[in-house]
Amino acid sequence: MSKQVTFRIWRTDANGGGKFVDYPTEVSEGMVVLDVVHKIQAEQANDLACRWNCKAGKCGSCSAEINGMPKLMCMTRLDQIPLDKPVTIEPMRSFPRLRDLATDVSWNFRVKTKIKKFNPRKPDASDGSWRMAQADVDRVQEFRKCIECFLCQDVCHVLRDHHKHDEFIGPRFLVYTAALEMHPLDTEDRLPELKQACGVGFCNITKCCTKVCPESISITDNAIIPLKERVVDDFFDPLGWLWKKLRPKT
Amino acid sequence: MAYADASMPQRRFGETARPDAWWIQPVAVFIGLSIFVVYSTWAAFQGSHYWFGGQGANYISPFYSPEIFGDSPHSWFGPKPGWWPAWLLFSPALLVLWAPAGFRLTCYYYRGAYYKAFWADPPNCAVGEPRQVYLGERSFPLIMQNIHRYFMYLAVVFILILARDAWDAMWFKDLTGVEHFGIGVGTLVLVVNVVLLAGYTFGCHSLRHLIGGFLDAPSRAPVCAKGYSCVSCLNRRHMLWAWMSLFWVGFADVYVRLCAMGIWHDFRIW
Repeated sequence: MSKQVTFRIWRTDANGGGKFVDYPTEVSEGMVVLDVVHKIQAEQANDLACRWNCKAGKCGSCSAEINGMPKLMCMTRLDQIPLDKPVTIEPMRSFPRLRDLATDVSWNFRVKTKIKKFNPRKPDASDGSWRMAQADVDRVQEFRKCIECFLCQDVCHVLRDHHKHDEFIGPRFLVYTAALEMHPLDTEDRLPELKQACGVGFCNITKCCTKVCPESISITDNAIIPLKERVVDDFFDPLGWLWKKLRPKT
Repeated sequence: MAYADASMPQRRFGETARPDAWWIQPVAVFIGLSIFVVYSTWAAFQGSHYWFGGQGANYISPFYSPEIFGDSPHSWFGPKPGWWPAWLLFSPALLVLWAPAGFRLTCYYYRGAYYKAFWADPPNCAVGEPRQVYLGERSFPLIMQNIHRYFMYLAVVFILILARDAWDAMWFKDLTGVEHFGIGVGTLVLVVNVVLLAGYTFGCHSLRHLIGGFLDAPSRAPVCAKGYSCVSCLNRRHMLWAWMSLFWVGFADVYVRLCAMGIWHDFRIW
């Protein structure tokens, strides 16, 4: 059964500014927000720009803010949002606008290049392979679910409201760093960078990143806080520092 | 900064496109924490009615335990010492309450909660903030949050002491002074109190790290791996434990206090 719903979509203008434009649209059961955007593109606004690719919540392209919350358009069903009032769709606020719903997320890729790469220990076997216990890699497997939609970067107030792009790498790259830092084969030490250049201390644990993650990664509890604790080990805990020096090496 | 200039217009304080009642959560946290802080401060300064010994019971308020100096049978070193300055207010609670207070103040869950509720930084996810300046936990005073693990060590000791108090609450003196095992409503209140506080303390993020989270290959240290698994289990509901234990520790003080004042009657179950 179809009904008419108003979608209020951010449209850029030629001067670099923009405004919300209302698009009354017929919607039907089972539609997601991305379906609506495609329908509006087809019927009312052929020049409406938006990114999308897989339409299955795996490519991370269609990130936007729906009714004020960062979400994937392809994974937001219309029966999950109130339709009695206009539904707002706007681009992510932490990144520069390109056009309409498309933003320039290239800063994220530049940040990634600055993080120390995976540096495995010497191979365990003569054929150049390693041996790991499954239990040891289970923890970092969660972080590898990340689809780089950057919704966590968008909702993080340190980037969104305080624009600390030069000093803080954001939740996505703290997850990335955690995946490397906690890897059983990795030998690199990223803690000095985490404290300084990566700005882990800027995170004030609002857990908004965890809330918006479409892959349900426990970003704050499993990645950011453990990294903060490792930084405490090295820089703020004299007893921990002493223990690290004295404990038997495994 | 050029990068940010091209982003969407900055939102003002409280401005958001969220249609839901996003303000309920920070307001509820503000009210809940405020009530607890006001009540616990008042209770700590009373210095009286913190122990109930009626009908042979032996209940001490968790706000006053361990009682280092004081007038109840729980006191470690007897009554208020003679060298205590006359001008300095004395209450047994003031000697110990700073430790659990510090543990909660620096707790990762509470930090996120009170930054939102008391400092609006941010008021809630994707809601505009009142301030432009942001220092995070990188500089004084918030860099002090990094001492959380030291408060955690103290909190673990407090759990042992409160467990002893709950055990003591299971022994009732008869008229001849002989102790018999028994259970009163106050016993249950103090047992539930230590269970909830233990659930909160043993789910601490710092403990989770120190018990095994610091290892990259936990399979080489099975005891640490098991500990990490147990703490992680409690940690998944850390917020729930935090609120339940906060409410109950306040209620336990109210219960002992009202029994000691003769307003409530402690019902003996067994």
